[in-house]
Amino acid sequence: MAIKSKRYQEARLEASTNLELYWWVFMRISGLVLVFLLIGHMWMNAVLVDLNSIDYEYVAKRLSQTTWKVYDWLILALALLHGGNGLRYVLDDWVRDPAKRFWTKVVVYGLLAFLFFLGSLSLFNHDFGVN
Amino acid sequence: MQVTLKILRFDPAKDKKPHWETYQVEAEPWDRVLDLLHKVKWYQDGSLAFRRSCGHGICGSDAMLINGRNRLACKTLVKDLGSVITVEPIRGLPVEKDLIVDMEPFFAAYRAVKPYLINDEPPPQRERLQSPEERARFDQGTKCILCASCTTSCPVFWVNGTYIGPAAIVQAHRFIFDSRDRGKRERFKALASGSGVWRCRTAYNCTEACPREIPVTQLIEEVKREILFDHF
Repeated sequence: MAIKSKRYQEARLEASTNLELYWWVFMRISGLVLVFLLIGHMWMNAVLVDLNSIDYEYVAKRLSQTTWKVYDWLILALALLHGGNGLRYVLDDWVRDPAKRFWTKVVVYGLLAFLFFLGSLSLFNHDFGVN
Repeated sequence: MQVTLKILRFDPAKDKKPHWETYQVEAEPWDRVLDLLHKVKWYQDGSLAFRRSCGHGICGSDAMLINGRNRLACKTLVKDLGSVITVEPIRGLPVEKDLIVDMEPFFAAYRAVKPYLINDEPPPQRERLQSPEERARFDQGTKCILCASCTTSCPVFWVNGTYIGPAAIVQAHRFIFDSRDRGKRERFKALASGSGVWRCRTAYNCTEACPREIPVTQLIEEVKREILFDHF
């Protein structure tokens, strides 16, 4: 192997798992699914209705339906996972110092988890006041 | 013609870090960069260190970063470069002296993919037959001379040296797609891990750098596909 493992992270890189294969496949599939989800989102909110007529009431009415909750949550989850993994690739490729890389990842993953938590909370736990 | 040759020199006994030195060399347009290096070493500064063996683009020992691109000094002509030529050691490997780098990490990656025929079936009475089409399938990989131009041009390899590198993947491709070989799963252990083929971002530097015109990135993608279809 090209690597002589000195650190835990290097040893993990050296270990033979199929994790990176699954991520690679996930990136392709989620990318494709996201294209259609986002085109649908823009079609429904910018083409079918006038963008300027969108107000709180419109959004609340839409998001009180389970279908749109799931639709939007899918965009949220896939975009964060797809984008987050892309960021991981970028950090692995560009941040040379292992300690800096580790802490940058901690911050980035923390931010992603926070966004996911916030998004999910407002989708499923917020009373939009629509019956 | 008069050529200004700038060489990134490093002497571990004296220098803390590499520095540029400039030499004026009389050259013909059809001279190779290797000829210029010889002129410097033989007539101007005998302390210049670089590797070369056959001088004809086969042994793969004189890969260098010439005018910002990885090339073989013995295959690069002065007329294609102009009158100012810069020569640096290939990147991503520790420099030992001047243009000589430590190739050990490169060959460690090469060994990791088991670059030899693996087949434990009992050998037939005569040879293991192969059709011309089956032979053509892995022809590109057989052209590799292990000069490290591709691996040391790869931005992912530069980062922390944990990426196995294009050259090792090309060597693996040569056996994975050989109809006589049965060892592809063993090679996948090194190739499918976190430091294997999935770190390739298709920057295409390797394909541009290869002095043997191997479509390196394409071969890497073929190995990725083979691992994918083998798994699912």
